[in-house]
Amino acid sequence: MAEPQIRLAGIERVFHLGDSEVHALHSLSLTIMPGEYVAVMGPSGSGKSTLLNLLGLLDRPNAGSYVLEGRDVTTLNPEEQAEVRSRRIGFVFQSFHLVPRLTAYDNIALPMMLAGVSPKERDVRVNKALKDYGLEDRAGHRPEELSGGQRQRVAIARATIMEPAMILADEPTGNLDRATGDEVVHLLEELNGRGVTLIVVTHDPGIGSRSRRQLLMEDGELRRDSAI
Amino acid sequence: MRAPDLIRFASHAATGNPLRSSLLVLAVAIGVAAVVVLTALGDGARRYVLAEFSSLGSNLVIVLPGRSQTGGFNPANAITGTPRDLTINDAKALLRGASIRRVAPIAVGTSEISVPGKLREVMVAGTTSQYIEVRHLDISQGSFLPEEDWGRGAAVAVIGAKVRQEMFGQGSAVGRLIRVGDRRFRIVGVLASSGQGLGMNTDELVFVPVALAQAMFNSNTLFRILVEAKNREEIPLAKAQALEILKLRHEGEEDVTAITQDAVLATFDRLLSALTLGVAGIAAISLAVAGILVMNVMLVSVVQRTSEIGLLKALGATGSAIRLAFLVEAAMLSAAGAVMGFLLGQGGAALIRNFYPTFPAFPPDWAVAAGLITALATGILFGVLPARRAALLDPVQALAKR
Ligand SMILES: Nc1ncnc2c1ncn2[C@@H]1O[C@H](COP(=O)(O)OP(=O)(O)OP(=O)(O)O)[C@@H](O)[C@H]1O
Ligand SMILES: [Mg+2]
Repeated sequence: MAEPQIRLAGIERVFHLGDSEVHALHSLSLTIMPGEYVAVMGPSGSGKSTLLNLLGLLDRPNAGSYVLEGRDVTTLNPEEQAEVRSRRIGFVFQSFHLVPRLTAYDNIALPMMLAGVSPKERDVRVNKALKDYGLEDRAGHRPEELSGGQRQRVAIARATIMEPAMILADEPTGNLDRATGDEVVHLLEELNGRGVTLIVVTHDPGIGSRSRRQLLMEDGELRRDSAI
Repeated sequence: MRAPDLIRFASHAATGNPLRSSLLVLAVAIGVAAVVVLTALGDGARRYVLAEFSSLGSNLVIVLPGRSQTGGFNPANAITGTPRDLTINDAKALLRGASIRRVAPIAVGTSEISVPGKLREVMVAGTTSQYIEVRHLDISQGSFLPEEDWGRGAAVAVIGAKVRQEMFGQGSAVGRLIRVGDRRFRIVGVLASSGQGLGMNTDELVFVPVALAQAMFNSNTLFRILVEAKNREEIPLAKAQALEILKLRHEGEEDVTAITQDAVLATFDRLLSALTLGVAGIAAISLAVAGILVMNVMLVSVVQRTSEIGLLKALGATGSAIRLAFLVEAAMLSAAGAVMGFLLGQGGAALIRNFYPTFPAFPPDWAVAAGLITALATGILFGVLPARRAALLDPVQALAKR
């Protein structure tokens, strides 16, 4: 059997709000293989985003271990974690999170710029991405000049430009209408078809049913895992 | 992040909020311009005073009869009771001083001068040919008193510009005869107008050979002896030699006073340099205020761009990359302010020079350098805290912020 891409064991994430404690994640264990397509579902406040942030190394658990591609990443220092985010992980957000003053081209190039990729190499890859996502004639436009679907396509192009091993998407269709939402889901599924691990947080049962594996969260616990 | 990318990213961020950035640049610019203009004024005053004083002649030691307790410049010493007079032979003896280049004795008195139809009361100064070099004066017509035996002297005179104007109007003066007291002199030269100096205005003087002046006033004393040192470094030596020579000639009694122009100049120099430094310091405070403004504006900018910072972290930016980006932005804004302030300040100084051409309002190099460096340093220094804050932001919370 192949090595799992993600192995979470006994994860705890506790937030302190004044005197009260919120167990956003509680004794969570989970294994995800490379190339899987996983939908994370559950009611609001059940800990879906917290789980995704943890998987994306934006947050640290209070307890438990996270082994990513055979390496315990909870013990890495912030700079090393940034390096892992840069090379292995792509984020797609509900609210797109594009930099408003940068053009579509520059937004897509941003991860490569941060990683110190040469401008020549960047140009080749951005132009290919613009073509792949049908954004060629939008290269010089700033986010405010783009439609919601175009913005999310720019965001997906940005998430994939460093060729990460996995894409983490937190309600990627939450701000889009049905048709554009479907379009974005198709794009993500296409990436998954090329071997990228895809983990999508969604409230949409339609998307949930299309995924090959569904996780149901409730009160910070993993209630149901369709793979088990 | 590569350096060109970093600079491009930071300048994008700076121009992304033009109002904020231009206010900040303006604040720094005003600080730097204040340093440049105020020090230009301070140093201009210093140069102006120094230039006025050195018009007396450089490397000058002035010997007066009488011992002055304070060593200060007090013309009263020369007029009131003099224990032992200075004589032409004293002056001549000073030429033996190894560090002394030129000597010009001066005897003064008032007399009437006349040409047919005109009569004036004037100051008459008896001196020798080297006076003009010692005092760095210019001749506008003819020549100064000729080189000759100090004890005799031909009946020739040199007149100041104002005397010439009053006695001869627009007509030529050189070659004309003039009556001074009961003697007749031939005018050989006219001095160029120079203004005040040594408490007497050379424009209003009539110069005659020192021996004739003494004969005219029936005395053999000198008002002063002007001594010129070989060079600037030897001024103290020349002063000591003059005092030593005169002491020997006066039976071992030090009964003359020698003052150097340098001593007076040095006092003014110190005073006005301190003044310049003072105004530079005050102007630098405005730069510090600008620095605090830089900090506040950058802090606000960090808050405004919180979600962007969170995003950058999610995209793999390290804390140090984010810190650097904010520092570069602060540095660029203060550098722009420094350059603008430098241009504004130089423009202001040029404007002052334009309106007051005689006032050398040039900012000293040290002040310009200090202003620019202070602006950059405060910009970066006060940028550190906001940059740190940005780098330490929690990415999850930063991303959650809208
Ligand atoms: N920074 C925080 N401080 C305190 N409590 C937090 C924080 N982040 C999340 N929580 C709490 O943790 C729990 C899980 O939050 P999370 O955002 O993961 O929910 P979610 O499943 O993504 O919900 P939604 O579907 O509304 O996005 C919630 O009760 C939330 O209030
Ligand atoms: Mg959520």
